[in-house]
Amino acid sequence: MTEWLARQSELTLAIIRVLLLIAPILILVPGLIWWERRLLSWMQDRIGPNRVPTMTNAKGRKYRAAGLVQTLFDGLKLFLKEDITPASVDRKIYFFAPALALFPAFVLGGTMPFAPQSGIWQYLTPVADIEIGLMFVLAISSLGVYGVVLAGYASNNKYSLMGGLRASAQLISYELAMGVSLLAVVFASGSLKMTKLVEMQEADWLGGVPAVQNWFILTPYGLVAGVIFLICMVAESNRAPFDLPEAENELIAGYHTEYSSMKFAVFFMGEYAAMFIFSGIFACVFLGGYNILPIDWAYLHSTTGSSFFKVVADLNYWLAPLTFLGKCTFGITFYIWLRATLPRLRYDQLMSLGWKTLLPVAVVNFCLVGVWLIMEDVMSVGIAWVTYAISVVLILALWFGIKNKLPNKLERRTVTLVDPKRSA
Amino acid sequence: MESGFPVFVVLAVVSILSAIGVVAFKSPVRSALSLVLAFFTLALLYFNLGAQLLGISQIMVYAGAIMVLFLFVIMMLKLGGHDKQPEKTDRRLYVAIPVSIAIAALVLTKFIEPMLHVPVSVIGDEYGTPQAIGPALFTTYVWPFEIASVLLLVGIVGSIMLAKKRF
Repeated sequence: MTEWLARQSELTLAIIRVLLLIAPILILVPGLIWWERRLLSWMQDRIGPNRVPTMTNAKGRKYRAAGLVQTLFDGLKLFLKEDITPASVDRKIYFFAPALALFPAFVLGGTMPFAPQSGIWQYLTPVADIEIGLMFVLAISSLGVYGVVLAGYASNNKYSLMGGLRASAQLISYELAMGVSLLAVVFASGSLKMTKLVEMQEADWLGGVPAVQNWFILTPYGLVAGVIFLICMVAESNRAPFDLPEAENELIAGYHTEYSSMKFAVFFMGEYAAMFIFSGIFACVFLGGYNILPIDWAYLHSTTGSSFFKVVADLNYWLAPLTFLGKCTFGITFYIWLRATLPRLRYDQLMSLGWKTLLPVAVVNFCLVGVWLIMEDVMSVGIAWVTYAISVVLILALWFGIKNKLPNKLERRTVTLVDPKRSA
Repeated sequence: MESGFPVFVVLAVVSILSAIGVVAFKSPVRSALSLVLAFFTLALLYFNLGAQLLGISQIMVYAGAIMVLFLFVIMMLKLGGHDKQPEKTDRRLYVAIPVSIAIAALVLTKFIEPMLHVPVSVIGDEYGTPQAIGPALFTTYVWPFEIASVLLLVGIVGSIMLAKKRF
């Protein structure tokens, strides 16, 4: 297999790689919707779709596959529905917008490696291992706004337009914090290449602990950057609690109000594909990519000589795509969990969270990584961490010193659902 | 002929057509969209030339951020208007079009001939990568770079000052 792949032309390999990226997403999106509905209903103390398909065997016993096929029939229903195009839409842009919404969702994964860059996997992933891998992600995710904005504009409906405008403001604001949070990681690893970023996470933990891999989420700066990236990624894919562009109680369905049937399904699919790929990128950049645990099996094997670690290392290598898929599922579950937990943000809260909290924290984090890098370069790793800790303490002290003196213009509204005094 | 040449031709044609579209479309939103397409194909042309960082910055800054703001403003102001005004053909056009075509032809005949003999420059793998541009930007060209960033900062501060009602 490996030899056969090595003999293929670059074009054939590229087609295989693209198929290997797109096909799983297309296949897994229905499963994803099922997972979301089941999980949400479980979190909300409901049952959720559990009927389809009900199969009865010869003895009259009924089997249910936990409602797994429900989504397929939902999809079928969407495709067979009447496709209504309102009379006053801007037709060309109206037709074009769903396609434009789907395009970035799939292209986004172009630089994402789901397996190690050796042996057979190096021919299969990523689609393009370019030097600017992470910038590619940022650039393509910034194109994601067009689908939403143009759908909102072309619908010729005030609610849709409002949704589109909100989307453009939201996506531009959160892109910044996302970019700066990734910068910290890029700074620490010294490369924008996605495969290199994953390889850097296989180094010694904190620059000095062998046997443990340096997953960025396990480092202090990476943790901060990771949390910021996670929040921005939810905002970038327009998911709750950042689903202002389609806030149903204010805007009906926002930018896709006027869309029905297939075209709506395309928006829907774009959203889920984007969730999937963003989770994958999060896994690549912060969660150590395709490694199952942050443990350096090869190192353990060479120090202890135990063949058990060799077996685990091989498993880690061969099961890499599955591990990666598991991490994607983790990210998606996080999305769903957020949706079940948090109420939607108000517009001013959204803006102040993005500009006044995430962006400054990301910039400070970025500067701290710089301090750490310089100290590591000039002195040693230990001293670098001490300096890092001192800097963090100083910044926290500074923040708590000036916190109360800053003007706080964010309006606070509280609603008491049940008055504790009266209920007693 | 290089392998990148057919790609170049396709991209160049699309980019020129979309650039014409920017001025030709009557609806401002379509003009803006053509501009997005022009920027995007321009970025792809940069990729074709091996200038990765420049291309991706082009997509990120122009196609991804600046044009979104343009669209935002166009939509906010509702500059829609599907050809509401009946257009009168300007008589000056009858002179302007032949003259501009003549000038273009004159320039092109002078330019195309020497351009056909330009040797294909051989660029290294490092060309256009962040690893090559970063050090150049922060060592050799650090002063122009810093001055440009200060200029941008002045621009931002100035626009905020102008937007404020009270000084």
